[in-house]
Amino acid sequence: MSVDLRSKDEVRAERRKNRTGIYLISPGLLVLALFFALPVVILLAMSLYVKPPGAEIGEFVPGFELGNYATVLSAYWPELLRSFWFALIATVLALLIGFPMAYLVAVRLRERTLLQGILLVLLIAPFFSSFILRTQAWKQILADEGFVAQALKFIAILPADGHLTATPFAVVAGLTYNFLPFMVLPIYANLGRLDTRLLEASGDLYASPMTSFAKVTLPMSAPGIFAGTLLTFIPAAGDYVNSALLGNNRDTTMIGQVIDSRFFKVIDYPGASALSFILMISILILVTIYIRRFGTEELM
Amino acid sequence: MKNIGRWLIPVVGGAAFIYLLVPIAYIFVFSFNDGGRANLQWQGFTLDNWLNPCGAPAVCESLVHSLQIGSVATIIATALGTGIAIGLVRYKFRFRKLTDVLIILPLATPEVVLGASLLAQFLNLGWELGYTTIVIAHVVFCMSFVIVTVRARVSSLDSRLEEAAADLYASPRAAFWKITFPLLLPGIVAAALLSFAMSFDDFIITNFNSGSFQTFPKFIYVSATRGIPPQANVIGSAMFIVALLVVIIGQVLSYRKKKQLENA
Repeated sequence: MSVDLRSKDEVRAERRKNRTGIYLISPGLLVLALFFALPVVILLAMSLYVKPPGAEIGEFVPGFELGNYATVLSAYWPELLRSFWFALIATVLALLIGFPMAYLVAVRLRERTLLQGILLVLLIAPFFSSFILRTQAWKQILADEGFVAQALKFIAILPADGHLTATPFAVVAGLTYNFLPFMVLPIYANLGRLDTRLLEASGDLYASPMTSFAKVTLPMSAPGIFAGTLLTFIPAAGDYVNSALLGNNRDTTMIGQVIDSRFFKVIDYPGASALSFILMISILILVTIYIRRFGTEELM
Repeated sequence: MKNIGRWLIPVVGGAAFIYLLVPIAYIFVFSFNDGGRANLQWQGFTLDNWLNPCGAPAVCESLVHSLQIGSVATIIATALGTGIAIGLVRYKFRFRKLTDVLIILPLATPEVVLGASLLAQFLNLGWELGYTTIVIAHVVFCMSFVIVTVRARVSSLDSRLEEAAADLYASPRAAFWKITFPLLLPGIVAAALLSFAMSFDDFIITNFNSGSFQTFPKFIYVSATRGIPPQANVIGSAMFIVALLVVIIGQVLSYRKKKQLENA
């Protein structure tokens, strides 16, 4: 047992200090407990509700029907897999497009403050213009009469009767587009701290630019890439605005759309809750594996 | 081949910026379209939409709703989140691990699930969906972003500054308001701006918890099938311009401060 050598006054001051901490934290924590933790528990309970025989649409009673999970999984596993697949492609594309963007702004333009500032502003500003308005604009840009489709048809990449909208291509392009800033900004913040003298040093030691990149830049920017991929993948997997506006057919339906229509069109609360829960757990498992495998201390 | 990175980075980066900005340019150009209600094809230039941005029914009503919700949710989320961020870094207390999970989990939960779980909650409580339920939902998801942003700022603060203030006989309260808070303010402002942007632009969570209450993103989503009126493009463009100005002013201010510190 340890002996407390502090005076009574010190102990009292310490207690008073920690009480301030409790006052600071409790209100917010209470809101999170009431409107995040409790709702998730209720969602779990609702996913086990039963429809009594002869009940009307939307009428359910509390129960323990694990079969709800089997039913929705067997009906909607393609949409679930597709959501993860689309989100994965969009994340990889966003990384391939976003890394050069972040590198250009953070490292190449380090000396040219004005241009760096302008590009940084352009990176942040889309956050404030409407997400759905931009997606709708995309739809019109990719439309059959639009210049992108016409140009692709002209150079015969797209067949004359081909479409860009209502295809997986359009949905993935929309996802990549909409979540690109979420990828670029963490990498930018990370590369901003990159000491370019390290690259000079590796060059002095006869490393090729490629080797310097692989051995110095990439490992140093890992925390940013890590945060960016999570910030892109998680919202992309649950998104349904892109698939609804840019796709909206059987080859492009994502799980978010199914959950929405189970709730509001079919009024199947247990099924919708079960699907939501499956989505949440799958993402948590994937994220946990990812963190274990690639996680860095700096994330938190 | 050896210097592939030299041109690859500017080319890919530049192309990416075009990719990012083309839809925004499209929205801006089509805000001048004399396209009537649907605004799908270019019909000719007009200033009418800019002169009368509320011309289409329900556009401005939904805009006002979104601005109101964004402001209220941001004030609450920023106050609660800042409290948690400071408390977590500076004070010892029990249930730390549990608190960490409660903060991070909303960030790792897709919006559909957050929206669905709150809907399940409100259905159970028998609350009518509308303004209040949207504000609650927005506070919850904005708060986590505020906490993460402000906490990074608190952690990077030198706690010796506060100790120095205490050595100079400042009360803990005075030390907080004279030293800590001003140093945290840029982080808090950034968190509030982020929170407002997230709330203003949110569709998925709002859609689950709004009932028939119309917000700006909901208005656009609903009208997307039959065409979005050009007045919505005016509002989208105006928002973008205001955001540009806010970010530019922020950049200029931080640039000036940096110069000041360098010269001091």
